[in-house]
Amino acid sequence: MIDLTWPIQVLEVFIALLAAPLFAGWIAQCRAVLQNRTPPSIWLPYRNIRKLLVKEAVLAEHASPLFRMAPYIVFGTMICAAAIVPSMGTNLPFSDAADAIALVGLLATARVFMALAAMDVGTAFGTLGARREMMVGFLAEPALLIVIFVASLISQSTSLPAIAEHLATESFALYPSLAFTAVAFSLVLLAENARLPVDNPSTHLELTMIHEAMLLEYSARHLALMEWSAALKLFNYACIGLALFVPWGAATTETPTVAALLGAIPILGLKLVVCGAVLAVAETAFAKLRVFRVPELLATAFLLAVLGLLVHLLLQG
Amino acid sequence: MSAPVSAPMLLLVSLLGLWVAIGFLGLLRPTSLRLVAHILFPSGAAVGAAIALTAAWSITSPTERWVLGIGLPDLPVHLQRDALSSVFLFLLGAASAGISLFAAGYFRRGEGTLPGLLCLQYHLFLASMGAVLLAADAYSFMVSWESMALTSYFLVTTQHRIPEIRQAGFLYLLIAHLGAIGILLSFGVMQGGSWQFTFDAMRTAELSPGWASAAFLLALVGFGAKAGLVPMHVWLPEAHPAAPSPVSALMSGVMIKTAVYGVLRVTFDLLDDPAWWWGLVAMALGLFSAVYGVVFAAAQTDMKRLLAFSSIENIGLLFTGFGLALIFHAAGMSAPASLALIAVLYHAVNHSFMKGLLFVGTGAVLHATGQRNLGRLGGLIHRMPWVAWPTLIGALAIAGLPPLNGFVSEWLLLQAFLSAHEVPRLFLNMLLPLGTAVVALAAALAGYVMVKFFGVVFLGQPREATLADAHDAGWRERLGMIWLAAGCVLLGLFPNQAISFFALVPTQFGLLEPGATFGRWWLLDPVAGRQASYAPLVFLSIVLLCVVATILVVTRVYRRRVRRAAPWDCGFARLDSRMQDTAEGFGQPIRHIFEPFFGMRRELPSPSDTTPHYRVEISDRIWTGLYVPAATLVQRLAQAVVQLQQGRVSTYLIYSLVTLLVLLGFAL
Repeated sequence: MIDLTWPIQVLEVFIALLAAPLFAGWIAQCRAVLQNRTPPSIWLPYRNIRKLLVKEAVLAEHASPLFRMAPYIVFGTMICAAAIVPSMGTNLPFSDAADAIALVGLLATARVFMALAAMDVGTAFGTLGARREMMVGFLAEPALLIVIFVASLISQSTSLPAIAEHLATESFALYPSLAFTAVAFSLVLLAENARLPVDNPSTHLELTMIHEAMLLEYSARHLALMEWSAALKLFNYACIGLALFVPWGAATTETPTVAALLGAIPILGLKLVVCGAVLAVAETAFAKLRVFRVPELLATAFLLAVLGLLVHLLLQG
Repeated sequence: MSAPVSAPMLLLVSLLGLWVAIGFLGLLRPTSLRLVAHILFPSGAAVGAAIALTAAWSITSPTERWVLGIGLPDLPVHLQRDALSSVFLFLLGAASAGISLFAAGYFRRGEGTLPGLLCLQYHLFLASMGAVLLAADAYSFMVSWESMALTSYFLVTTQHRIPEIRQAGFLYLLIAHLGAIGILLSFGVMQGGSWQFTFDAMRTAELSPGWASAAFLLALVGFGAKAGLVPMHVWLPEAHPAAPSPVSALMSGVMIKTAVYGVLRVTFDLLDDPAWWWGLVAMALGLFSAVYGVVFAAAQTDMKRLLAFSSIENIGLLFTGFGLALIFHAAGMSAPASLALIAVLYHAVNHSFMKGLLFVGTGAVLHATGQRNLGRLGGLIHRMPWVAWPTLIGALAIAGLPPLNGFVSEWLLLQAFLSAHEVPRLFLNMLLPLGTAVVALAAALAGYVMVKFFGVVFLGQPREATLADAHDAGWRERLGMIWLAAGCVLLGLFPNQAISFFALVPTQFGLLEPGATFGRWWLLDPVAGRQASYAPLVFLSIVLLCVVATILVVTRVYRRRVRRAAPWDCGFARLDSRMQDTAEGFGQPIRHIFEPFFGMRRELPSPSDTTPHYRVEISDRIWTGLYVPAATLVQRLAQAVVQLQQGRVSTYLIYSLVTLLVLLGFAL
């Protein structure tokens, strides 16, 4: 039998790449329905990206090469992140090269490059966005790391697919620590993906914007890549959450066949549909926080994650 | 009395001697900058590279000793080179090679001290650091330690005509000596009544647990003062901005690592029977330093002060790892202990490259612009690309981003922390994993600090008109920076090769079986029975593959031209460079969130001010809370003592008489 692990790995990445805008479109649709608006087409993100790709790019006069490189670096890191996150199957050979800690590092790299690019043009908005993004990041990143750490302690592994597989295949056990970390993770997900209540993805209001402020100077293909990587980031985060907290249904290492993978796709799709709807409900229910309340929210997430760690240590000892 | 000397030892000692010789050659023509810049500093760099090579070559050979019959009668100099010394000698040689190369192009005329004298101080400083790492008895250790402190003091006060710099130098010297007293007393305790001050005697001395703990605490204070552990960190943010940049790079990159060497030598080698709480103390201090340092770094406006506080953070991480290793060692868990120890050594070497690189980068900026204040810089990536790009590598590395070297050591430290819950001591096994949270917070904040540092200095628009004349660094400076940046990249990409060297240190201490491996040559897989691996080469190639593929696809398919236009000004057509975030502005969220850490003084304008003025001053609460009262106390005591000094011979004679009478009383 031919070894299909690498082709499957590549296939998974491509599915993530192509499905990410769809997930973003689905959330936008759900939000519109909940807010009594006529929902936009679910394909809108694709059309947006296509439109942006064919346009002429405009760069700011002071932009350095770093500014032009950043979209490609951010997009590339997000693709790599998709290769580590077990979305459909847990047999990901690339995850040997980069474990969950490296995944956090990878996401941090993307954030740092985005912030540096935002500072590069030297406008008030760019630096403002960069500063706020880093403020969100420095609390969200350790919270994410602790969430992963708790799961690592449970499964004795820092490899994300191995964690997911352990949680999915071991005899069913309730982990109270995971309840805490699930809440922490949801808050991190909202904050890191520029969703309400931290940032509003649908406005460009100067006083509150974070993510959009960093992208103000981007246009055309650079902007397309940035938007696509944002969608991919959201997709990755959702898949990390699913892998950690609802890992059932993914193809495991015992069955690394195309058939198992194809079987896992509808399950993942179903999970993402539910996940997107929940996200939309959460976003509709929350009001936007003042920027300086954001650290409090994230500190809560951080503390919840640490509490989850403590609960795990108390119960296992 | 001397045994046959092996080749590496002889080579190392003669290379250190060569550094001394190069230093004295500078005195031949003390005013000649050409001699120093074109010949002496480059040859010093070559010697550094040779030391690094020798150390790397000799690390696998067994421990060597050499007794040199020089110095005081009956007090020969004992030298010893083992794996631990070799790792730190490698660090010294490799980092100083890059820094000396940079320094060759850096020093200019009229920088206070004459070039020849500077060359002497600089190379004596290097040689004494090497001697510290080779010394194997308390006398030679203290002599080298003190000459290291003194030469670096003179280097810090290179521009001794400026009062602030003299003050900074004094503070540094004072704390260096407080630390030295701690180390001296610690050696005094460790000889254990044998009155033999060689390290060999200390290893065999039988110490009661109480005395051993006293020796450990004294060593921790002593070496902690040199390393910049909070609350003995106050000299770092003063001395680093005062010193010329290559000197700051050496002090932050190499000198504070000798303190890490010292504390490792004392606890793992000389005492080697740690109580369980020693590690906890070291770790608590380390964690506090890490967060304290990085929070203050985020609030700084002077780029060298920012880097100094970042060094405090990294020293905190080093001591955290050291404490963790010590706890594991005390608990008899040798595998996690060696992992933590390797993480410490790895991070020490990493930091010497990263911080060396960043400090020389600030030096290049300082020379090009005359500015240390972040608020007057900006946009230098256009004018100084040769400085900006290597500095970016250093900044990303110190922020702990893969695939550079900072990530590897943080990864190892986190992996070590993952074993912390197995420590067989109740409560401790729950307390320790919480350290992870602090380490993760410090690492994430380091990213914030580095975005601020790099973004404000090199990106954006120039905040001052004068920055348009900024010139790029010269070729020697460029070479030095490239050397250090290459170190950051290579240490990041080849962790297994580096670790195969570092692993000899835990092997030497009996924590690790000889020949232990950490995975295949390209895959770092350090913990048996845990699925945790990292392969930076594969990682980098896949990331590069993704990035290049994206670039190719996007530019091939959508080949439209790129137009340059003014940045979007939001309809307000007078956007200028002063509307970018200043350093204060960028640090504001951190100041806001960590307000209790800071002593802050705000000057806010009133609504009716015609010339509104906004100012925030940050001060260190530890300085006002600990050092100022201590200084006042010392002054009070001194004033009380002044009462004794009447300035009349008769009074002093009475003192002598009373002393004699009291002593007679004792004798009877």
